[in-house]
Amino acid sequence: MTTFPQRLQSLHARTPERVTVILQHSGQPDLPISYRQLLRGANTYARTYVREEIQPGEVVILILQHGEDLIYSFWGAILHGAIPSIMPFLTEKLAPERYRADLSALISVTKPSAIVTYPEFESEVRGALKKGDSIRSVMLTDKLEQQADPEFGSLLGIKRSSEDIVLLQHSSGTTGLQKGVALSHQAVFNQLDACSRALNLNDNDVIVSWLPLYHDMGLIAGFLMPILSGIPLVLSSPFDWVRAPYKLMQSISQYKGTLSWLPNFAFNFCSQKIRDRNLEGVDLSSWRAVINCSEPVRFESHQAFYERFKLYGLKLEALQCSYAMAENVFGVTQTDLSRLPKVEEIDREAFMVERVARPLMEDRPAMKMMSSGKPLSNTHIRILDEHGKEVSERKIGEVALQSNCMLTEYYNRPDATTKALQGGWFLTGDYGYVSNGEVFVSGRKKDMIIVGGKNVYPQDLESLTYEVPGVHAGRSVAFGIFDDEAGTEDVVIIAEVQSEDIVEQEKIADAIRQHVTKNSAIALRYVKVVGPKWILKTSSGKTARSANKEKFLKELEEQDR
Amino acid sequence: MNIELASKIETYIASQILKQPNRKILAGEPLISSGLVDSFSLVDLALFVEDTFGVHIDDTELNAQTFDTLDQLATLIESRQAK
Repeated sequence: MTTFPQRLQSLHARTPERVTVILQHSGQPDLPISYRQLLRGANTYARTYVREEIQPGEVVILILQHGEDLIYSFWGAILHGAIPSIMPFLTEKLAPERYRADLSALISVTKPSAIVTYPEFESEVRGALKKGDSIRSVMLTDKLEQQADPEFGSLLGIKRSSEDIVLLQHSSGTTGLQKGVALSHQAVFNQLDACSRALNLNDNDVIVSWLPLYHDMGLIAGFLMPILSGIPLVLSSPFDWVRAPYKLMQSISQYKGTLSWLPNFAFNFCSQKIRDRNLEGVDLSSWRAVINCSEPVRFESHQAFYERFKLYGLKLEALQCSYAMAENVFGVTQTDLSRLPKVEEIDREAFMVERVARPLMEDRPAMKMMSSGKPLSNTHIRILDEHGKEVSERKIGEVALQSNCMLTEYYNRPDATTKALQGGWFLTGDYGYVSNGEVFVSGRKKDMIIVGGKNVYPQDLESLTYEVPGVHAGRSVAFGIFDDEAGTEDVVIIAEVQSEDIVEQEKIADAIRQHVTKNSAIALRYVKVVGPKWILKTSSGKTARSANKEKFLKELEEQDR
Repeated sequence: MNIELASKIETYIASQILKQPNRKILAGEPLISSGLVDSFSLVDLALFVEDTFGVHIDDTELNAQTFDTLDQLATLIESRQAK
């Protein structure tokens, strides 16, 4: 039974000068941070939380970009016993009005006591506040208490119990009410123990990550696990990575990185967008696992990645998979690092019609499936049919899980908690099957689109489309189509308008692209504006997403011919 | 602004990034700050510029402060070509 502050205290006592984080910023020298520096920086925030009269057990929202303040404000909240939650920072893509509206909605549900942000961003944050809401302090990064080393005896966080909530992780979603996944100290440690065992985490490991800390993969695998396990972390940002993906390879080489987690699209992105001249002298032989996680895993993406980087020492068996979700802290399954992830071909028709993953016999249309591995030692998996009954091996059903690292609750959302947790099992909303103890994830229960690891609900995008002049309610459909080249889904929006005029239609397409992106931060790959009666409806008048998707794909195919 | 150069970039953005080959892009239309050119496409744009015009744009320059419009990008390319 231990807590985050207790673990930090012991790491600080044992190895104060050991570097825990090497913080990277494009165009700046790398910044090594020792445990002593980490705790000193965190303590500055802990003292500021005290000054602002934030109580242990209260939620503080961190709206900060990649950098020291984000790291220190997070651990400062932990030392103080407050519950930190990291939120995405406003980007150019999103309209400030929408950001404010989302933040207001979050405040009304989560009821945080404080928001930490930059002085330049204060007015934006204040714009989201309402009279009588829960926020008592907008803490600015330039108005902190004086630096001082922590005195553990007087830190309020040291008195927290291991079953208390330690942090909230907000699930992604484009608009409306988000759900804050509340995790206890113990749940996180249980996950880290199980995950470390599956990975055989050891003193020679170095984790390299550019993943955002507001997402479970970045927060747990690329932040908490290394820091709480005494494993060095080389941390850059998604902002820098997307502009210079080669820097990941250079960091692996420079710091002898051993472990990284990447969403599937990143395997494609890296294999396509890195020039040889940026790889001169790069040695990837230290990389013992590059773990594909957070969107459907594709064998083709691993192949492309291996082909691109094998000349630089990348080992084929380094390419591994995991299935993860915030509600289980992070990992649910992990492939065995000592061998290649299992890949199998199944009968496409049997999969579609009979809902069974039958190994391919003779010459029939096939689907290639890659395993996400076995459940972690602390996690049990069941595959359920639509009545909640467990199905047999190789039958497709909804994945349900139970473990000792499940969420405590969706914070202040008893309705959502009750719905998701049934009889002590968490219903994931993902479809999959089990074969020889390995989990193969095959799809999703809802029409959710996963683009670059981010979850998007099509109905949210459709509602935004209706706000564009010329588009009528009910006359739009959004869906994802898998892009083989990108290794992730592309978002498609189709909107019906009265006008048959091409110029007018292009204008509306543009307006949709702008409006939807600005209000969801989702880039749209295809926006198609069509004349009346294009969109297919079901007999009850509902938009049939899959039928429209098929129609769109068919037209696209004809166009390309 | 070099019209021919700008037109090559326009064609590339419209057809390859926006997937709307008929889309006209105005010389002063914001591309990055408007979200029209997504951050995932910025590397492609930089590689295209390098291959087509022999001009290097560093990853630290892939932001709206360095160039946001067709006009500004074309001017940037021309000034580097002249060196």
